[in-house]
Amino acid sequence: MNMSTMNLNRSQDEAELEAEFQRRIDNEEKIEPKDWMPEAYRKNLIRQISQHAHSEVIGMQPEGNWITRAPSLHRKAVLLAKVQDEAGHGLYLYSAAETLGISREELIDALHTGAAKYASIFNYPSLSWADMGAIGWLVDGAAIVNQVSLQRTSYGPYARGMVRICKEESFHQRQGYHILMTLMEGDERQRKMAQDAVNRFWWPSLMMFGPHDSDSEHSGQSMTWKIKRQSNDELRQKFVDQSVEQAEAIGLTLPDPDLRWNEERGHYDFGEIDWDEFYSVIAGNGHCNRDRVAHHRRAHDEGAWVREALDAYENKRAAARTA
Amino acid sequence: MSQSNMKLYEVFIRGRRGLDHKHVGSLHAEDSEQALEYARDVYTRRGEGISIWVVNSSDICASQESDCESFYDPLDDKPYRHATHYQLPEKVNNM
Amino acid sequence: MSNVANEKIAAYANRLGDDSLIHGHRLSEWCSNGPFLEEDLAMTNVALDYIGRARNFLTYAAELIGGGATEDTLAYERDCLEYTNLLIYELPKGDFAFTTARQYLLDEFELLFLTALCNSEDSTLAAVAEKSLKETRYHLRRSKEWMLRLGNGTEESKEKLQTAVEQLIGYTPELFEVDALEKDLISGGIAVDRAGLEESWRSACEKTFDEAGVNMPQAVWRVKGGRTGFHTEHLGHLLADMQFVQRAYPGCQW
Repeated sequence: MNMSTMNLNRSQDEAELEAEFQRRIDNEEKIEPKDWMPEAYRKNLIRQISQHAHSEVIGMQPEGNWITRAPSLHRKAVLLAKVQDEAGHGLYLYSAAETLGISREELIDALHTGAAKYASIFNYPSLSWADMGAIGWLVDGAAIVNQVSLQRTSYGPYARGMVRICKEESFHQRQGYHILMTLMEGDERQRKMAQDAVNRFWWPSLMMFGPHDSDSEHSGQSMTWKIKRQSNDELRQKFVDQSVEQAEAIGLTLPDPDLRWNEERGHYDFGEIDWDEFYSVIAGNGHCNRDRVAHHRRAHDEGAWVREALDAYENKRAAARTA
Repeated sequence: MSQSNMKLYEVFIRGRRGLDHKHVGSLHAEDSEQALEYARDVYTRRGEGISIWVVNSSDICASQESDCESFYDPLDDKPYRHATHYQLPEKVNNM
Repeated sequence: MSNVANEKIAAYANRLGDDSLIHGHRLSEWCSNGPFLEEDLAMTNVALDYIGRARNFLTYAAELIGGGATEDTLAYERDCLEYTNLLIYELPKGDFAFTTARQYLLDEFELLFLTALCNSEDSTLAAVAEKSLKETRYHLRRSKEWMLRLGNGTEESKEKLQTAVEQLIGYTPELFEVDALEKDLISGGIAVDRAGLEESWRSACEKTFDEAGVNMPQAVWRVKGGRTGFHTEHLGHLLADMQFVQRAYPGCQW
């Protein structure tokens, strides 16, 4: 057998494997870690899961910013538990990514070098207590819409992680809404604080769903592979539809003059997102881009000696066991 | 500089008495005691468990996809092992 | 029970609440700053335990005080001079070695203290103690393991741990100080006689320090004053942070 027939055989095999892989996906079967998968599927998943994991972990910062300043002990405990959940969710997702043959260390390294992204919403600053409400209600709310859809993603460990995360997240959005509700029942300054937070977080929350389907670079393939189950625009619409009533119920105004019910579509129409702002913040022009990564890097670097001590201790004990 | 030497552990939790331990995810720890504690802190924040197992991921021996035919197919040709194989009269069909 | 006794029990619950609150606050500062993600989650669990404990003690104190007092008026509307936590709780979180050493020294103390408080004649205090004791048993298991890991880890970790212990040791004698208020409550079977715990505490600590290969120094310097509001400069900053919203928008519901 000469070289070229060997290559031919290999690509035939590969084509068969790929057909079998796609058949599974089309049949709504999950792909599991040991299954054969196209390299591009693996890469795409690592990109998406790690971005998701980093978002959870970086997302700890804007809310962590208010843990020590929470205005009641109850709120303090809730916020702390919530931010801790984000750490847990980051961990579940790192676990899912690790089943694809990449280490946590490599993932963190990619975050630090900027090779891996996180949700750009976390480059916005959290300036008032009401921001804890707006982040919970809108940012977590948008994340949940996306995550509910991802419970049906084709990669087993990712889907299972999502199920777990969705179960835990239900209180996140509710506690945020409850913060805003309490502020709206308060005095003039509190209501103003709440409205201001919603004004700042509404549009960035809509941006969380990513570019329009027509402009989304990874969407097509991700949908075929069922990594993504619903398109950016579908999910965004769902989020807008659910948010309008929730805002009205507590007297908040969503900052969009074009927002109105469209009887024909059975959905709310809404204004165009400022995509220049979206791409500009991703490109580094957000208030907190540098701070977020620097914070993570600092904590990681400051922890280096602790991790080294752990290793050294374990090595000594291992040596003692074999001696 | 890293946690490269920390080991990956798989975590299994028994939700309540009478249930199986179920795989819930993984985590990094230096040794199994630490893995147990972290499993408690990471995976049972809402009191999800009454018993935790942790297993070094590298100690798990997993069947391979390529083994499937010889591994599982021979088990799949015995429909008589399943209750539904037996059509019984309506009256006793809850058996 | 007489009003005088109630006032004293309130003050006692309040100081125990202050200890827990300030400690929980310091631990909460680690959130998103831990050496790795698993430890971040674990430390936050400990922080949550302390905040929960603080709420239990302060709610009880507020009930006894009456007149519209709540856990939040106690936490957010008192200034530095009115706070009664012991100094060791308010020291900045420092590095991981400092946090570990403080946690360990306090866990050994709290294990003894809470065990004794379970027998308080005051059923609320006893109930809070019982719940807290379960938490502390777990905290101690963690902090003791970390003492061994850091002490027997690298040269650097050992040195950091030793330094931390030396920075902390002069604040430990205050844990065992009994003032007039507590003396009174001890004779009523309500408060714990802290002074009586010192020996057991010291021998437990010494055993762990020995295993960790770190010296347990004698407290040649001693700083105290927390119970009378004579604090370090750190507490004012902590409170400025913690109370900011309530101070900037007084009289609001949150």
